[in-house]
Amino acid sequence: MMNKPDFDIKYIANLARIELTDEEEDLIGRQLSQILDYIEKLKQVDITGIEPTAHANPLVNVSRPDIVVGSLSKEEALMNAPQAANNLFIVPKIVE
Amino acid sequence: MDLCKLGIVELQSLLKNKEVSSVELANSFLARVSQVDSKIHAFLHLDSENILNQARSADQLISRGEFDNKPLLGIPIAIKDVIAVKGERLGCASRILDGFVSPYDATVIEKLKAAGAIVFGRLNMDEFAMGSSTENSAFGPTHNPWAIGYAPGGSSGGSAAAVSALECPAALGSDTGGSIRQPAALCGCVGVKPTYGRVSRFGLVAFASSLDQIGPLTRSSQDAAVLLEVICGWDKRDCTSVNEPVQSFSKNLTGDIKGLKIGLPREYFIKGLDPEVNNAVLDAVKLLEKLGASVLEISLPHTEYAVATYYIIATAEASANLARFDGIRYGLRVDGSDLFELYCKTRGKGFGSEVKRRILLGTYVLSSGYYDAYYLRAQKVRTLIRNDFIEAFKKVDVIVTPTTPTPAFKLGEKSGDPLQMYLSDVFTISCNLAGICGVSIPCGFTAQPKLPIGLQILGKHFDELTILNTAFAFQQATDWHKQFPEI
Repeated sequence: MMNKPDFDIKYIANLARIELTDEEEDLIGRQLSQILDYIEKLKQVDITGIEPTAHANPLVNVSRPDIVVGSLSKEEALMNAPQAANNLFIVPKIVE
Repeated sequence: MDLCKLGIVELQSLLKNKEVSSVELANSFLARVSQVDSKIHAFLHLDSENILNQARSADQLISRGEFDNKPLLGIPIAIKDVIAVKGERLGCASRILDGFVSPYDATVIEKLKAAGAIVFGRLNMDEFAMGSSTENSAFGPTHNPWAIGYAPGGSSGGSAAAVSALECPAALGSDTGGSIRQPAALCGCVGVKPTYGRVSRFGLVAFASSLDQIGPLTRSSQDAAVLLEVICGWDKRDCTSVNEPVQSFSKNLTGDIKGLKIGLPREYFIKGLDPEVNNAVLDAVKLLEKLGASVLEISLPHTEYAVATYYIIATAEASANLARFDGIRYGLRVDGSDLFELYCKTRGKGFGSEVKRRILLGTYVLSSGYYDAYYLRAQKVRTLIRNDFIEAFKKVDVIVTPTTPTPAFKLGEKSGDPLQMYLSDVFTISCNLAGICGVSIPCGFTAQPKLPIGLQILGKHFDELTILNTAFAFQQATDWHKQFPEI
């Protein structure tokens, strides 16, 4: 396990929705390979029968009464929008 | 200038006795910032008019003697640029949040305001709290007040530098893998990473949600206790905050550590540890022994896997958390021919290299076919690291280590080598993975140049009182924290 011969920076950048320049692809690709080599050391650990920790404190589901409370106004929600009109965020056309 | 040397506790009493007004205090710190910050660059933004207005309101309350439940009345507290303050800019030192103004207060800010504090400016940091030197700020690095040209540590480098350079009596930072304790150590101040769940994360821009905690940076352990007890507590808006009773830390500092059992983990005293750091820490341990503590060698056997575990878990969580920066609802937008291109261009242009690196690493370790090998395995190793601490704390009350393996390094020295930068957090990362609390306090200086050395005291879950009391005992017997840099 944990072999990484197929670390494909273009594929990962596409998944992460980040455009990289050619130089970035090259540099970050090499740096990540080096970091992944370092991470390989986790292979040495015997994890047989060990439960994963998702959170530092054992938490149970938290529920609360379903009560309507105040929230951001439309103006506040839109105040940082790159483009907005008629109480809506403007986005590029998403249907063909 | 002299006022600027005083901490929260001393300023409280001056304000109460009307020996100084909050406006005078605010003016002193504003003057100090304009005097030194061109060299330090701890602040990203400081609105003096807003600060003076807050101070004038505080002075009205003070004149009416309204100090009840207002332990910070009239006292300036500076804020890392990752915590929301209503109506103020929030940038996480990133281009992608250009122009963003917070529509609401973080819970810790509500609490600070309710306690009477003056919210004092926005502090520099590594972009999205990712880094150990503040060099990843999109707006230029912060300098270490003890030696211009040296890193203040990170990611809360602005917070630590501002406190150390006497630009504010105290600041808030955030700590995901050492981002409060490491800069506190490198700048010579006190920094507390509270137990996970102790402080609400509502209004803290998320980096790695299972690791992030907000905490205080101050010059004394008493001040840290005062500030921590103001900001901690359960919050219905953060489901991971824990409903533990909050005791008054400051009122319970006795400075008595007779019978305290201290563990020294052998895995932290390794080759690569700077000899001056090693000596200062061992001297500090001897002093704690002299003050009545007993010392026991312990083992935290999975220590060497902490950095690798952290860089899987933290980057995986970051890749999910930072998906929200997509150019649609706030911040930077770079147009593209379609929505997909808009996302890619916005994120490509808006994020700096370290943030890209971590999002890409996190995306990779979560990607189809690799989840079990990386993320799930790391979560299991995290269990082992957590268990190491639980076992150790059956034998000892606190664990004492160096905060960092070396004193401050030069700006530029590690920025080209991300892995070396990651390894500078080797002693602070386990605390976040285990969810326990920790504090770094000054315990000496190197000879040439004179750079601060940090002592880390780690405590059990929700046992902030014991680590703060140990720090208090140490600071009663030493004056490392009373030395200030010449700027």
